[in-house]
Amino acid sequence: MKETLETIRREALSALEQTKAAQDLEALRVKYLGKKGELTAVLKQMGRLSAEERPIMGQLANEVRETLTDALARRQQAIAEAALNAKLEAEALDVTIPGKRPELGHKHPMSIALDELKDIFVGMGFQVAEGPEVELAEYNFTKLNTEEGHPAREWGDTFYIKEDSSLLLRTQTSPMQVRTMEKMAPPIRIIAPGRVYRKDEVDATHSPMFHQVEGLVVDKGITMADLKGTLNAFVEALYGKGTKTRFRPHHFPFTEPSCEVDVQCHACGGAGCRVCKGEGWIELLGAGMVHPKVLQGVGIDTDVYSGFAFGIGVERMAMRRFGITDLRLIFENDMRFLSQF
Amino acid sequence: MDLSRKWLAEFVDSPADDKEYCDAMTLSGSKVEGVTVEGTEIRNVVVGKVLAMERHPDSDHMWTCQVDAGRGVPLQIVTGAQNVSVGDLVPVALHDSWLPGGVHITAGTLRGVESNGMLCSYKELGMTDHDWPYSVADGIFILTSDPDLAAKHPKPGDDVPALLGLDDHIVAFEITPNRPDCLSVIGLARETAATFDRPLKLHNPEVKGTDGASVAELLDVEIENPELCPRYTARMVRNVTIAPSPLWMRERLRASGVRPINNIVDITNYVMLEYGQPMHAFDFSCVEGGRIVVRTAREGEVIQTLDGNDRRLTPNMLCICDEHKPVGVAGVMGGANSEIVGDTAMVVFESANFNGVSIRRTATALGMRTDASARYEKGLDPMNTYKGVQRACELVELLGCGEVVDGVIDVIASDQAPRTVRLEPGKINALLGTDISEDAMRAMLRRLDFTLDGDTIIVPSWRSDVEHYSDIAEEVARLHGYDKIPVTLMRGETTQGGFTDKQQAERRTGSLLRGMGYSEIITYSFISPSYYDKIRLPADSDKRNCVTILNPLGEDTSVMRTTALPSMLETLARNYSYRNKAAKLYEIATVYKPVAGRDLADERPMLSLGAYGAGTDFFALKGVVEQTLCALNVKNVRFAARSDIPAFHPGRCAEVRAGGVFLGVLGQLHPLTCQNYGMDCDVFAAQLDFMDLLAQRAGEARYEPLPRFPSVTRDIAVVCAQEITVAQLEECINRGARGLLKEVELFDIYTGAPIPAGKKSVAFNLTLRSDERSLTAEEADEDVHSVLTLLERELGAVLR
Repeated sequence: MKETLETIRREALSALEQTKAAQDLEALRVKYLGKKGELTAVLKQMGRLSAEERPIMGQLANEVRETLTDALARRQQAIAEAALNAKLEAEALDVTIPGKRPELGHKHPMSIALDELKDIFVGMGFQVAEGPEVELAEYNFTKLNTEEGHPAREWGDTFYIKEDSSLLLRTQTSPMQVRTMEKMAPPIRIIAPGRVYRKDEVDATHSPMFHQVEGLVVDKGITMADLKGTLNAFVEALYGKGTKTRFRPHHFPFTEPSCEVDVQCHACGGAGCRVCKGEGWIELLGAGMVHPKVLQGVGIDTDVYSGFAFGIGVERMAMRRFGITDLRLIFENDMRFLSQF
Repeated sequence: MDLSRKWLAEFVDSPADDKEYCDAMTLSGSKVEGVTVEGTEIRNVVVGKVLAMERHPDSDHMWTCQVDAGRGVPLQIVTGAQNVSVGDLVPVALHDSWLPGGVHITAGTLRGVESNGMLCSYKELGMTDHDWPYSVADGIFILTSDPDLAAKHPKPGDDVPALLGLDDHIVAFEITPNRPDCLSVIGLARETAATFDRPLKLHNPEVKGTDGASVAELLDVEIENPELCPRYTARMVRNVTIAPSPLWMRERLRASGVRPINNIVDITNYVMLEYGQPMHAFDFSCVEGGRIVVRTAREGEVIQTLDGNDRRLTPNMLCICDEHKPVGVAGVMGGANSEIVGDTAMVVFESANFNGVSIRRTATALGMRTDASARYEKGLDPMNTYKGVQRACELVELLGCGEVVDGVIDVIASDQAPRTVRLEPGKINALLGTDISEDAMRAMLRRLDFTLDGDTIIVPSWRSDVEHYSDIAEEVARLHGYDKIPVTLMRGETTQGGFTDKQQAERRTGSLLRGMGYSEIITYSFISPSYYDKIRLPADSDKRNCVTILNPLGEDTSVMRTTALPSMLETLARNYSYRNKAAKLYEIATVYKPVAGRDLADERPMLSLGAYGAGTDFFALKGVVEQTLCALNVKNVRFAARSDIPAFHPGRCAEVRAGGVFLGVLGQLHPLTCQNYGMDCDVFAAQLDFMDLLAQRAGEARYEPLPRFPSVTRDIAVVCAQEITVAQLEECINRGARGLLKEVELFDIYTGAPIPAGKKSVAFNLTLRSDERSLTAEEADEDVHSVLTLLERELGAVLR
C-alpha cells in the first residue's frame, strides 16, 4: 500500500508538471483526488490494514493528498498567470499610432495676448472697464487736452460720423479715462481694453482698426515713481523677473510728464540687433501723469489727487510675441493661421 | 530732424562717442532714431595725380594712365573717361577698395591691359551735381575743378572722403510735435547743452548793411489777417550775384538732407536748419507795386508754385501777395513767378510767423508738405523771425553775394507777453515721487534758458508747450533723469481688481466653444452697405439703418455693422477660397445700432458662429448652441422653425428663445446667400444676442439629493404624421405623464417600410422614478399608458 501511495504521488506530480491547460488540470484532479479517484480508491482499502499500520498509512495518505492538493493549486495559479500573460501579449498595441483627438478650436493670438495682459492688471487690483467705440469728439479729444485744430482731429486721420466733427470712431482708448473719472470717485484703478480706429490704409503694419489697452490710476499721492513701479511690475509679469525697462521722455497731450517705456530687447539682450533695429530696446507703451487740465476737466481737485495713465498697443505686442510679421494676418482669420495658436 | 554733429559742435561741446551722446539725448527727451557716419561706405579711395596718359592699345576710347596715388611708385589704371588730362587730381579707388552700394574694386586687366584700380566720378562716390556744381556730371571728378576743393590743396594719397567732407556723423532725431524748436541745430544744441550741462555758444548775427536807400523806401508790408500771421519780418539785398554756395555750406545742407541749389536759396535753407525759422527769398522785380500783402486767397486765385504745379487756392489759404497777385503760398511754398533765378538782382528775404493750424490745413489741402510747412504747422516762436532774417543777411555778406539794404521791416500784428509759471518745488517732488532740491531745479531750468525771477519762471518764447507746474515737472524730471526717479508701489486704499460678469461670461463662452472645435476670429467692425444685400436683408429692414462713416477709407469699410453675420460669412468665404477644407469659427462681435435722439450708438455684443465642411450639419451646429447655452446655465431654451429669414434656408432655420425671450437664429444658409459669397457648399451660422442670452441664465446650481430609489425605463415608438415635430411629441409626453416621468430622450426617427408613406416612427426612451419608493412595473406602465393615450388623442401618434 505504501508503494501504491508513493506511486500515486510520483505519477500525479509528474503529470501535473506537464499539464498546460486548465481543463487538463481538472481531469487530473478527478483522476487522483476525485471521489472515484485513485487516492480515494487506496483509502477505501484502509480497512484491510492492521491496527498498527492503519495510522501510519493514514498519515501517509493524508500527506500525499495535501501534497497533491497544493501542487494542483500552484499549477492552477501558474496556468492562469500564463493565460493572462498570453492574453495581455495578444492585446498589445502600437502605442505610437496617433491618438484620437477631440477637435479643439483655437484662441485668436490677439486674444491670447490681450487676456494675459488683462489678467496681469486684474491681479494688481485693476478693474476692467468698457466704453463706446462710436464716441463724442468731446471725450476723444477735447477733454483729453486735444483742442480744436490739433492735427489728430483732422478728417484725414480720424473717421467721423457727424458733419460737425462732434461724433467719431474713437482713435484711442483714452476717452475711457474721462468716462471712468466722471463715473467713479478715486481711488481709481482701471484698464480699458478695446477697439480703436484711425484712417490708415491697410498694410503690413497698419490697419484702420486695432486694439489698445488704456490704464488709469487716480488717488491721493500718486507719483511718477508709482507709475514706474506699476509698469515695471507689469513688464516683469509679462516678460519675466529682472526684465529691464527704460523710461524716456515723450509727449502726449493728456499726460504731463509723459514717457515712453522700452523693454530691453529679448533677442540681443540690449546689444542691438535686427529685432530692435540696433537700439537694444523695444518700445512697449506710452504713459504719463494725468494732465492737470484733464483732471480739472472732470472736477478732480489736483491739489488732493494725482494719477497716471498708460496705453498699450495690443497688436504689436501679439505680433512680437508670436513672431507675426504681417498685421493683415490678424484680421484675415485664415484657418491655417488660427490653428497655429 | 537730421543733425550734423560738425554743425552742432559750433554751438556746444558734446561727448565724441556717438552712443554716449545718443543715449543721453534719448533719456533727456530728444529720441535718437539712428546715427549715420558719412563716408563709411567708401574705403581705400585716395587722391591721385595723373602723371601720364596713353591710348589703350586695344580700344579707341580707353586710356591707360599712370597715377601717383602717394604710393611711391605710380599705379597703372585704365579709364574710359574722356575728361581727364595729365596733371589732374582725381579720386582713385585703389585695389581692394569699396564704393557706396557695396561696390568692390580690385586690380585686374581691361582688354589685356593691367589696371590697378579705378578713377571715380562723384556719382560713383554717392554724390550729385548739387553737391559739386562746378564739376562735370559725366566723367571723372577732377577735384580741383571745385574752387573750395582746390583751395584745400589736395595731395596724392590724401583720403578722399575726408577731403570731400564726407566724415560727418549725422544723428536722426524723432522730435515730438510739442517741440518744433528742436527742429533746428540751435534747438538741439540747447538740449545738448542742458543734457550735458555744458555752455551753449550762441552768437548774434551782425549785418553791416550798405549806405543808400533804406528798405522802407523800397518795400511796404501789410498784414490783412493778423490771427494767421502774427509777425512778418523782411530785409532786402541788392546787386545780387547768384552762384553756387561755398563748399562748407553745401556740406552742411547735404548732411542735413537738403539739396544745395544756389547761394540765396541755400542761405534760406541754412537759416531754417540752423535757427528753425523757415525763410523765403523772392525776386523783388516780380513784386508789383513794391508792396507785400499777407492775406487769404481770393476765390478762384491760382498760383504756380516753385515745383511747377498750378495750385488752385481757396479763401481759407494764407498767401503772400503783391498788389495784384499771390507770389507765394504762406509757409508752404513760393511762387514760380518770383523765383530766384540766375539774373535775379534784388532779393526780398521773408522771415515770418504764421498760424500753425492754418499752414497745416493749406499744406494738406494742396497735398504739399514741405520742410517749411512741417515746421510752421507745429507753431513756431514769433521772436525768431528777426534773428532769422539777420542771420540770412549776415550770410549774404559773408558769402559776398549781394549788398544788404539798410533797415528791417518788422510788422508785429499780434504780440504776446512772455508766459510765466510759478516754481513749486514741493508740488513737483510730490508729483514725481522725488526729493530734488529747489536749487537743483532752478539750475536745471536755467540750463534750458528759463529765467527765474523769485518764484516766477519766465518761459522762453520758443517753449509754447510749457504752461503748468506739470510741464515744469517734466523739464525737471527729464534733466534729473527719468531713470533716477525711484520705483515705488502704490500706497493708499487697496482696490479689488476683477472682471465684470459679462467679461467673465465672454471668456467662459470662448473656452466652451473652443472645447467644441470652434476657433476664434477677430473681424473689422465696419463693413460695406452692400454686404446687407449679400445676406439678402430686405430693403426695409431696420438693420440697414446704421452708423455711417462720412470719410471712410473705402466703401468696404464705410458703415458700422448692425449684424455680425456678414463679417462671419466674409471670413468663411475667404477660408473657402483659400481651399481650407473646413472651418468652424466664432466671434463675440460688437454690433452698432443707431439710437434715435442720441449720439452714441447701442453697442451690443453678438455671439456669432459659422461653419462649413466635414463634420458640420444643422444638428451639429444646433448641438454646439445647445451645449453652450446649457453650460452657461441658460434655462428654458426653446427652438422653433423660422422660414422667413432671407439669409437662411427656409426649411433649415430655427429661432432660439430662452424664457420666452428671442435670442437669435441658427441654421443653414440659403443657397442664394452662399452663392453671393461664392461658396459652393453647405454653410451654417448662428447669431445670438449675447447680453439677452446672459440675462436668461439661472442662478448658480444648487445640490439636489441623489435619487434614493431606482428608476424604471421604458422605450416607446409611436407612428405619427410627418409634419408633427419632435418638440410637439416631447411636450405631449411631458404633459401626459403623471408625475413619475423624469427624462424623455429621443433615440430614433424612422421613415420607410413598413411605416406608411407620410408617416414616421419616432422612438423615445422614458425614465420614470419616484422619490418616495421603488416603482413597480405596473406603476410605470400606468404612466406610460397615460402618455400614449394623450399622444394618440392630441397628435394621432399611435404606439408602433
